[in-house]
Amino acid sequence: MERDTHFVLGVYDDEDVLLHAVEEVRASGVKIDEVYSPYPVHGLEHVLGYKRSRLPIAAFLFGMLGTSLALTMQFYMMRFDWPMIIGGKDYAAFPDFIPVTFEMTVLLAAFGMVGVFMISSNLKPWAQPRIFDVRSTDDKHIMAIDIANNSAMDLAKIEAILKSSGATEVNKKSFD
Amino acid sequence: MQVTSSVREPLVTGGKTYHDVTHDVSRQVEGKPSLSWFLAFLTAAGVLALGSIALIATLWEGIGMWGLNKTVGWAWDITNFVWWVGIGHAGTLISAVLLLFRQKWRTSINRAAEAMTIFAVICAAQFPIIHMGRPWLGAYWALPLPNTFGSLWVNFNSPLLWDVFAISTYFSVSLVFWYIGLIPDFATIRDRATGLRKTIYGALSFGWDGAAKTWMRYESVSLILAGLATPLVLSVHTIVSFDFATSVIPGWHTTIFPPYFVAGAIFSGFAMVLTLMIVTRKVFKLEDYITIGHIELMNIVIIITGSIVGIAYITEFFIAWYSGVEAEQYAFINRATGPYWWAYWSMMTCNVISPQLFWVKKIRTSIVATFALSIVVNIGMWFERFVIIVTSLHRDYLPSSWAMFYPTWADVGVYLFTFGLFFTLFFLFAKFFPVINMAEVKAVLKSSSEKVSK
Repeated sequence: MERDTHFVLGVYDDEDVLLHAVEEVRASGVKIDEVYSPYPVHGLEHVLGYKRSRLPIAAFLFGMLGTSLALTMQFYMMRFDWPMIIGGKDYAAFPDFIPVTFEMTVLLAAFGMVGVFMISSNLKPWAQPRIFDVRSTDDKHIMAIDIANNSAMDLAKIEAILKSSGATEVNKKSFD
Repeated sequence: MQVTSSVREPLVTGGKTYHDVTHDVSRQVEGKPSLSWFLAFLTAAGVLALGSIALIATLWEGIGMWGLNKTVGWAWDITNFVWWVGIGHAGTLISAVLLLFRQKWRTSINRAAEAMTIFAVICAAQFPIIHMGRPWLGAYWALPLPNTFGSLWVNFNSPLLWDVFAISTYFSVSLVFWYIGLIPDFATIRDRATGLRKTIYGALSFGWDGAAKTWMRYESVSLILAGLATPLVLSVHTIVSFDFATSVIPGWHTTIFPPYFVAGAIFSGFAMVLTLMIVTRKVFKLEDYITIGHIELMNIVIIITGSIVGIAYITEFFIAWYSGVEAEQYAFINRATGPYWWAYWSMMTCNVISPQLFWVKKIRTSIVATFALSIVVNIGMWFERFVIIVTSLHRDYLPSSWAMFYPTWADVGVYLFTFGLFFTLFFLFAKFFPVINMAEVKAVLKSSSEKVSK
């Protein structure tokens, strides 16, 4: 085998075949590096054994930050820094502060969560992704297997496992 | 294993494969712009340029260029503002509310509807900003910034200030939601392209590679953003309605305003989505993705929201009588029979009567009828805001100051400016961005196409 081959790729046409293939390949002891799909395949994260994303927690914490910042700002400005009677209301007119508080909660939750998502998934305009197969953003699901992580297994055997799991093609790919 | 349902109509017709979806949507991004696109774009840009004259005149001379007077201090400007914001609501409703309700048909229209939302909100924002008179100082009036008054802050008791926060949050969250959805599709175009286009769409795609882990996070982000955008979209028009409802002007001082404005917003927004989508599907040959089924479902939303709006009009009238407040009663009688009766009855005809035609299946599945009625609805919704704003103001408490409102060329010109802006942005979007969310359509394709579900 060529020395500089680092990845074996299984190419799948169908999402249901893919889901079963991931289970089979993992059951046979091959470690899958990642699966690349043109669209979100439901259940793929379960068969790959990924833990549930913690992004909702990030959204909640950022939302709480927005709520507290908004309330602090409004009470400070309206009650302490420059108290003024407006429309005969209390200086600290709590019900009037709710709309701005709500908006700032949503704003910070959304931007905070998206920011965390961008950072954790390494999404940035200058990012140079490793493209295993350009068809993975069109109509094919690509299962990438890093040979270095599967040194115990023979390359021919991995290829045979991929073929028998329903891959329409088995390719090799290496990056510098 | 998924199967094609024998009961439900497929979401995408024409037996499309995954590659067909990529090809059909990327086609017009990659190809040379057609002559019809050029003509449409130049027309929009021309209207934008023409309207800019009125905009510059207004900024140069001040808002005295408009037809406002001492009695009618708000007219076309705020009418146009509420109208554009309302149109924006459909995009978020389709992308967020229908996502939470698992309405899969939204996948082929959500991209364009969200784009429409963003552009409509940009147009809406022009009016309050211009109406400040000196917009270059506007940041001090609209944002809590320290200033030379040491600091006299903005008034957090005012619904006008709530509006600043609501509209800017709505705009930025919608923009982020839209862009997150665009990233995978930009990656698809990047992987089909070479040269300069590959560099540009490569940067726009943020290095997306479609990894299962990223998709998992993407799904999580979409769901949470939808959960945040749903109350947000309801809050935005609620707060817009507070601009009126918290005042003590007869005709404005009504607790029914928030739900009534939100229903009206969705009503006009869906009408604008239909106007745009009927043209887009034809020009870009996307009839298999935006099917008659989609048009029919959107028309059903129009019947529902149109009926809610109709009930709201009647309720307002009833409550004005029931309240026993003479000024309130007069305001409503004056709406229907006073000097602005024609505006009131245009509103009634366009918003309450004409959408009821959609009860007939033949009409709601007819493209020509839908297109015509979608425009009628938007005319009606413009009149609704005009009726609420101008007829409530023009006869105030002192009969000696009763007045009429007559728009000047600058009023018309600034309105035209926003039309030019909206369509210029929309045509640029339609040419350079994928108008249909390819990734999400592919995700629902299997249950709806006989070719991929074999």
